[in-house]
Amino acid sequence: MSPPLVEVSAVSRSYAMRSGMFGRSTAVHAVDGVSLTIAKGETLGLVGESGSGKSTTGRIVLGLEPPDGGEVRFQGKPMAAPGTAAWRAQRARMQMIFQDPLGALDRRLPVATQIREPLDIHGLGTPAEREDRVRELLRAVELTPAHGARYPGALSGGQRQRIVLARALATKPNFLVCDEPVSALDVSIQAQVVNLLADLQAQLSLTLLFISHDLRVVRQISTVVAVMYLGRIVEIGSADDLFARPEHPYTQALVSASPAPGRRSAGRIVLSGDPPNPAARPSGCAFHPRCPRAIARCASEVPALAAVGGNRQVACHLVAGAATRDAA
Amino acid sequence: MPQLVSIAGLSVAFGGVPVLRGVDLALEKGEALGLVGESGSGKSVTWLGALGLLPRHAQVSGSVRLEGREILGASAAELDRVRGGRIAMIFQDPASALNPVLTIRKQLCEALALHRDLQGNGVKAEARRLLDLVGIPDAGRRLEAYPHEFSGGQIQRIMIAMALAGNPDLLIADEPTTALDATIQAQILELLSTVRRELGMAMVLISHDLGVVAENCDRVAVMYAGRIVEQAPSNQLFADPVHPYAQGLIGALPPLDGPRRRLTAIPGTVPDPAHMPDGCAFAPRCTLAAEPCGLAAPSLAPIADDRSVACIRAEASRRALLGVAAE
Repeated sequence: MSPPLVEVSAVSRSYAMRSGMFGRSTAVHAVDGVSLTIAKGETLGLVGESGSGKSTTGRIVLGLEPPDGGEVRFQGKPMAAPGTAAWRAQRARMQMIFQDPLGALDRRLPVATQIREPLDIHGLGTPAEREDRVRELLRAVELTPAHGARYPGALSGGQRQRIVLARALATKPNFLVCDEPVSALDVSIQAQVVNLLADLQAQLSLTLLFISHDLRVVRQISTVVAVMYLGRIVEIGSADDLFARPEHPYTQALVSASPAPGRRSAGRIVLSGDPPNPAARPSGCAFHPRCPRAIARCASEVPALAAVGGNRQVACHLVAGAATRDAA
Repeated sequence: MPQLVSIAGLSVAFGGVPVLRGVDLALEKGEALGLVGESGSGKSVTWLGALGLLPRHAQVSGSVRLEGREILGASAAELDRVRGGRIAMIFQDPASALNPVLTIRKQLCEALALHRDLQGNGVKAEARRLLDLVGIPDAGRRLEAYPHEFSGGQIQRIMIAMALAGNPDLLIADEPTTALDATIQAQILELLSTVRRELGMAMVLISHDLGVVAENCDRVAVMYAGRIVEQAPSNQLFADPVHPYAQGLIGALPPLDGPRRRLTAIPGTVPDPAHMPDGCAFAPRCTLAAEPCGLAAPSLAPIADDRSVACIRAEASRRALLGVAAE
């Protein structure tokens, strides 16, 4: 197995939030002890509901957000301090794509100029080479030089997301963090962009961290999928069988809540209660107030992520208990 | 079964640009109809137009009948009785539909006073019953709360309670769960189906999510560029779509189990309403398009019991699908 390109060990990030105008400030643990490794050329999918900390994890991995604790290593080396020359060189190797392509593009510049910008910033190639590279990038995302001359407002949502992708690829990065890159797109356009991303990944041997709330899209593109709940990973395993055989009660509910054509909602697990508030984290397993199978131990003891066979890891007292019974 | 609502030849144009180009749709009492399509296909405009909720500069033509009575272009007084009383609507962004400075009780009681013959304590008791019905815990106390004190899923429950205030015969839910997380979406969809069953209410569920529509509706209409291109019972549509666009939409959806395959993306983009192609609007993106497709727009024609499709290549398309399945 190739050594991991990205190693995240026990990173945490909390924010201070004040309740009310004069309220005391409380710490909100957005990410709490998350460890991940992503092997070269692989895609790690990160799923979870809003407030689960998946975007914050993505930002920490890229160094856009310093972790309060833990460490991120890229190509075996720790992340350089933000603002230094080493950091800039490292940042050219890793790029990010966001959900809203219109927000990520400058409406007053032709898109070709914007694709060129990273080349100018990192001083890559002569001006003539940069022009060639822009044309090459437009071709790579299946657009023409004519599209490059347009302004973002004159392109469709799918085309804009292709421009954002071309710009992210300009510096020939090894690693891309995609935060909900297709969530704002219609189904038919979403399929185009997902296929394009998979093709580019194969051609350029890119490593991806793919963040989304959409289980279908995540499964389509990922090799390994991690499910987050309230800042922690509750289950991680191979994309092929994680959603087919979910072990954690939360993953089971998430899979069951994902509607499928041709299947009626009989036997669906509908969780009671609201999505959790990161500022008022339940004790023990954060999922226990909504868990249909919770036992007394769940309220007091935080379950650790433990291997349950294959390459699956689950953070649940019930599942871990079952695994040890099987072994005995 | 008598028809509750029948829409015929409904067209809407904004400043001379047609966005809805002749929609025919009928709905029986108690039926759940799904309306799917991508952004700009006209699924929301159909109902906003039918209920007279579009801005004044929109040109609306055609016919919308509620139990045989024409409501398109009806007087304001008559529309006021229909909207909320006979047909209620809920939207994607529930938070912006509530007034942030009034309590839930004030807003619910306002809807009740408008549509129901209730006074004094009767109104408050009914408001409380409605909140109970939609599953807001501790309804009596929560009536005095303001919208910001509720979560997104609870706000959508309150919107459903307000929509039910007038005892409507038809609820139009326009992307009711799009802004919500998956587990909360499942709660709201379950609530909608329970309420519908208990009250015998018809529902139109507008969504871009094929899965949501398939699971919650008896019948589905697929819209593309301001027209209905296929209409079928939902189990049949998803098992055996006939229109190439419906096939494309289903093929573009990544599977959640079984082997992973490359997605069959529909090439190109939705046409600009101001520059609609001649003939079938889908022809430029269609893999089966033939010469006659560019000549005239196909009309919705029945192909089986309760199924209709607007495609002159329907036979070819069906054969192509069966050919693939036979391999």
